[in-house]
Amino acid sequence: MHNTQVQELADSLDRGMGLVVVDPRYSVAASKAKFWLPIKPGTDIALLLAWMNVIIGERLYDAEYVARYTHGFDKLQQHVNDRTPEWAYPLTGLRPDLIRDSARFIAASRPASLVHPGRRATWYGDDTQLPSNLTLPKYEYTPYDKSSESPRDRQEPSLYPLADETLASGLCDATIPGEAKNELKGWLVYGTNLMQALPDPRQTRKAIQALDLMVAVDVLPAEICGWADVVLPECTYLERCDDVWTPAYKQPFAAVRQPVVEPMYDSKPGWWMARELGRRLGLNDYFPWKDSFEYAKHRVKKGGFDCEAMQRTGVVLGEKVPVCEEEGLQLSFDTESKKIELHSAQLANLGFHPLPEFVPPEEPSPGMFRMLSGRAPMHTFGRTTNNRFLSQVFSENEVWINADAARAIPGFEERPLRSGDRVVLVNQDGVRSRPVLARVTQRIRGDCVFMVHGYGHTAKGLRFARGRGASDSELTTRYKTDPIMGGTGMNVNFVRIEREAQA
Amino acid sequence: MSDKTPRYGMTVDTIRCVGCNACVLGCKAENRVPEGGFRDWIITVGRGRFPDLSLEIRSERCHHCERSPCVDACPTGASHRTDEGVVLVDPRRCTGCKTCMAACPYGARYAHPDGHVDKCTFCHHRVSEGKQPACVEICPTKALTFGDLGARDSEASRLLARRPHKTLKPELGLRPRLRFLTRS
Repeated sequence: MHNTQVQELADSLDRGMGLVVVDPRYSVAASKAKFWLPIKPGTDIALLLAWMNVIIGERLYDAEYVARYTHGFDKLQQHVNDRTPEWAYPLTGLRPDLIRDSARFIAASRPASLVHPGRRATWYGDDTQLPSNLTLPKYEYTPYDKSSESPRDRQEPSLYPLADETLASGLCDATIPGEAKNELKGWLVYGTNLMQALPDPRQTRKAIQALDLMVAVDVLPAEICGWADVVLPECTYLERCDDVWTPAYKQPFAAVRQPVVEPMYDSKPGWWMARELGRRLGLNDYFPWKDSFEYAKHRVKKGGFDCEAMQRTGVVLGEKVPVCEEEGLQLSFDTESKKIELHSAQLANLGFHPLPEFVPPEEPSPGMFRMLSGRAPMHTFGRTTNNRFLSQVFSENEVWINADAARAIPGFEERPLRSGDRVVLVNQDGVRSRPVLARVTQRIRGDCVFMVHGYGHTAKGLRFARGRGASDSELTTRYKTDPIMGGTGMNVNFVRIEREAQA
Repeated sequence: MSDKTPRYGMTVDTIRCVGCNACVLGCKAENRVPEGGFRDWIITVGRGRFPDLSLEIRSERCHHCERSPCVDACPTGASHRTDEGVVLVDPRRCTGCKTCMAACPYGARYAHPDGHVDKCTFCHHRVSEGKQPACVEICPTKALTFGDLGARDSEASRLLARRPHKTLKPELGLRPRLRFLTRS
């Protein structure tokens, strides 16, 4: 969850908002919730179908809204008719009364109900159906994040019918010879440690070997820099001026980042690299400015803002804009029927199921756990794990293991696993993690383990982070690509646990 | 506002707190707390068995007790309470004997590498300039409220009047000025 969302969450809790959290792990959010649904990983669609069964069966939905704005409700109704909470119980591990009570609670709060799909919403390879499911109960669902998307460069046609850009694993697919129509020959990697950001680093390494040229621009000597032909060291955000940032947020604003110190060592700002490369390519006309500050100032002025005020405070706040559709507004949707298609003829024509369908997830074999990963609030994704200051409060990741499940792990019969023991995770393809601390806890289901992303670094230049904790990316040798929109689901790997000494 | 000397204290909202540690890092940066030392810290207390669990998250620091065992224990008078009730250590008078550390039931003090004991000052240097303590200012969820517990109209007093709250180790009778707002 983003910082700003956490702030709003705290305010809302104070105002008496009730929270429903669906998570195999008892997260901080779950601890604040009215209902925590400790779902079996990969069975979210079963829960959503059961919720709809309750909401439709008990007529808790907004009938007028459904009649006016949706298409195919009767088919959905028929589809979820036998998807009762009792049906979902053995699939999800969630007690029927918990499913029923939470559904009634969500419906009773209508229209002041909001479904937050989470920050990363591709998990299991069936994820198109997740968002589509989420919109089905028909409350005031306001995906204001969407409006902040900027127009994209034109891309190669996607392999996936409902996607307009290549995602995650598609980068390697388009590079490894024989797998794509147009093979990529060069990568310019900007501020992304692809060795941890993409699933299956083995595939990433294979793709890099097939390139003619790889250039990495980064503020840190992360693993990706070790694979690059050329490394362009960028200065940090405190040493450079960046472009004006104008997100279409609830309260829109224009912000400009200004340097507080000169760049250190031989690092340069990104704009300088772009301009110098441009000049050498004969693209001088595209860079008619001295530096990015001049460029930013020009933009601020053209936007009609007070440049000096912006320079002084770094930000100009705009008027707050409504985030919900106004009452009585006639809504229109970008579908054939101009309505929300609960039954999607478009999907049916493409050969997919027109209604959300539950497919049971793969089960871990005995002694194996499904591996889940997430983020720690002390760090900015995986990018700050080498920061020594932040590491005073979070210096390495741990693998969360359910306390009861820990007692039954093969190999730990004589000396049970305890928090603070170092273990090695071995995934279904035999890939071994670096040693990582175990956290034996009640706060997670027994069929999965959890770890924070961004650890297990091997790059020598990451002098602090190197050798701390384990990398979930190394263990993500499998992923499932959603056949409809091409999203990369990474929560499809299984690991077993060994004591470090055995390694 | 009251004309009387303020009785400084702080409320920590365990519902708003998400345990992000911004208070800890904000304090470390503001007060140049050396690596390994902490003036404030996060405690998470998990209870129950899966799936019937509860979790309390607390941002903790010196409790600035009205009856302060650390002050009583200090042989040199380095540990003292100000008129506002803020417990401080005068590093010039502190010999680093650590008696106060042993006397503190909350583990709020640490030995500074410069040879004295160090702890939360409620950011005395900022408060005297009319600013908020660093941890309060940085907290993204506004879980921390600093103020005059003696003034009924202070935000901290209002929260204490409105919300259920507790102190830690109340059986010791130390009358701590750090109060934890809990679930109603």
